[in-house]
Amino acid sequence: MNRLAFAAALLASAAASPLAAETHRVAPGEGGAERLQEALILAKPGDVIELGEGRFTLTDGLSLDVDRVTVRGAGMDKTVLDFTGQQGAGEGLLVTSDEVTLRDFAVENPKGDGIKSKGADNIVYHAIRVEWTGGPKETNGAYGIYPVESTGVLVQNSKVSGASDAGIYVGQSRDITVQGNVVEFNVAGIEIENSRGALVEGNVARRNTGGLLVFDLPGLPVMNGGSVILRGNAVKDNDTPNFAPKGNIVASVRRGTGVLVMANDGVLVEGNAFDNNPTAHVMVVAYVQPFEDPRYNPYARNVIVGANAFGRGGDDPQIEGKELLLAAFGGALPPVLWDGVAQGDTGLRVARGVTGWTLGLTRPGQSLEEARPGPLTLAPTESWTFPEVGAPKALAARVK
Amino acid sequence: MKRTGALLLLTACVALGAGIAQADVIGPPPVSDAAIRGEGFPAKLSEFAFFTQYRPQMPNRGVHPYTLNTPLWSDGADKLRFIYLPQGTQLAADGEGLLKFPVGAAIVKTFAFGEGADRKLIETRVLLHRVDGWVALPYRWNAEQTDATLALGGGRVDLTTPAGEAISYAIPNKNQCKTCHSKDGEVIPIGPKARNLAASWLGEMVREGALDRVPQGAGTLPVWSARKAGDPAAPLARAYLDVNCAHCHQPGGGASNSGLDLRWEQADPHAYGLMKRPVAAGRGAGDRDFSIVAGHPDKSILLYRMDSTEPGVAMPELGKSSVDTEGVAVVRRWIAEMK
Repeated sequence: MNRLAFAAALLASAAASPLAAETHRVAPGEGGAERLQEALILAKPGDVIELGEGRFTLTDGLSLDVDRVTVRGAGMDKTVLDFTGQQGAGEGLLVTSDEVTLRDFAVENPKGDGIKSKGADNIVYHAIRVEWTGGPKETNGAYGIYPVESTGVLVQNSKVSGASDAGIYVGQSRDITVQGNVVEFNVAGIEIENSRGALVEGNVARRNTGGLLVFDLPGLPVMNGGSVILRGNAVKDNDTPNFAPKGNIVASVRRGTGVLVMANDGVLVEGNAFDNNPTAHVMVVAYVQPFEDPRYNPYARNVIVGANAFGRGGDDPQIEGKELLLAAFGGALPPVLWDGVAQGDTGLRVARGVTGWTLGLTRPGQSLEEARPGPLTLAPTESWTFPEVGAPKALAARVK
Repeated sequence: MKRTGALLLLTACVALGAGIAQADVIGPPPVSDAAIRGEGFPAKLSEFAFFTQYRPQMPNRGVHPYTLNTPLWSDGADKLRFIYLPQGTQLAADGEGLLKFPVGAAIVKTFAFGEGADRKLIETRVLLHRVDGWVALPYRWNAEQTDATLALGGGRVDLTTPAGEAISYAIPNKNQCKTCHSKDGEVIPIGPKARNLAASWLGEMVREGALDRVPQGAGTLPVWSARKAGDPAAPLARAYLDVNCAHCHQPGGGASNSGLDLRWEQADPHAYGLMKRPVAAGRGAGDRDFSIVAGHPDKSILLYRMDSTEPGVAMPELGKSSVDTEGVAVVRRWIAEMK
């Protein structure tokens, strides 16, 4: 039964009786935007909203505030929510309810963020495409896939390109898995910010300004990011000039960065394939701006760079004095760049065979003019323990 | 027989007369408590019977008109605000904050454009206090101005603002109502806080038995429409930001993740934006580094976003299709005078 057909009756009636989960089909075409938004409002927990093949033309943001709803399209290249003519709202789709599954559709050219889920626990993004079709531009929206303030986040098999901040951005959340996605031509491919317990695995991050970013920033409601694993990702050709609007933290990311860890407590980088990231394959730094937040720790602590495949890289670094550096290191900088800033003995650790260089700084916020660059001379770490991290298993099971 | 007949007739007349008299006392049908408390979404505004006459927005019994010292700006719309209290119930003051509403109460706000006979009602938003919480519903007025129809999915109306700007005015959808009217995931009213209501109105409500007492701090927000050129900018600007922005920009609000807290009572300058870096502003930052830079309105993200109508940049994100030049001017002066 298509309950939308009975919307009027439903509105008038109490509609509180427990109904079995239903599937509501919404086709693009005349009035598609209104029918879709009404379906999202009238859905009952457990319902499926099935988006037909084709293009929905939207002038306003959509939103979903019902728990346990699945929004499912015909495929990321078949069902498109087209926001090119968007006139209002800060994102294409906003989700504020728990246990929601979004799958198999695309969002194109939203004026702000693509899909934002806030305070939406146990959310699944599966085979979603968010794309700014004009390529990298400062006027593109900030984030493609944007879960924030949530516990239990799974983003998989999705594709984001053109975000003027991060393609996939997970902020102020915990128990996160980001896997099997392709992120390209964004300023940051994937960014994990002020979050704990994140597994970033098996993604392809290419042609961004920076591939994978793990940040901890001061002054936010949720602090103390850490316990993040970057494993088995292909991080390559991240050479797009930074096109982020100034003022945003990612505007400081240097073109050609593979992985960037800034501040944070516990990050493991292992089993990734790095190639052709012209500034550095892996960069580990403290937060450099002044801050007043007493809860904040600006140091990068307990960062481990394990065994990774490092291809060509560091050969055209966006770093002042690069000619001297390149000459000193024989034409290309070694794969790991560390600022040298450590809190006690909790700084960077590397596996045997991992080479790098250090800026030789000693405290957060120190001027680069005081840098004393030199080869990394850390004693290799033979073994380590790292917590199990990631989204609850039930999330992946939901889309099998 | 004849006499009996006359008597009967007389009785009938008396009965009829009583009926008429009673109808005079009762007047039109009362507000429908069933529509407010029920679980459905009434399809027409008239089903609530908040008004006895629609076009002039004549309130029914138990429906109290009110105004706010500093109102939310919505493209310059004229707003007609009402609180409905079921018979035998009253509001309870809770310090200078939001009044406490009994279950069965409703808050009604009609948005209109145009003056006098040209006034056109565009939409009416209702907040219904049901047993399991508040429900927010938008209603769109018909062209004849006789009734408004539920607009769950929102809508757009082309109109000209009082400033003379032709805009596509957005009626929010039901979820967007909640985007602003939510704290910690629950729908709540925003406007009727004691500090933003006139003490005289609150006193009147107490006399009518519709409110328990006039609390301390009543009416402390400045009266926006009465402001004069030389008035201190800070209270006006802080009141404006509280009313127009803080429903999202506060802990537990829709924009809590930004860390920006624009509530009237927030005393920490960094929390309300001074030298605060953006978090997820994207291009909304407009090449600026901080929400507020003292003495430099043009370097302040907050003002840049207020002064924009571009989706992705403009703040507030909802309920705004044009720039409030007067609000921008007050906030600009506040930042400019800031040391």
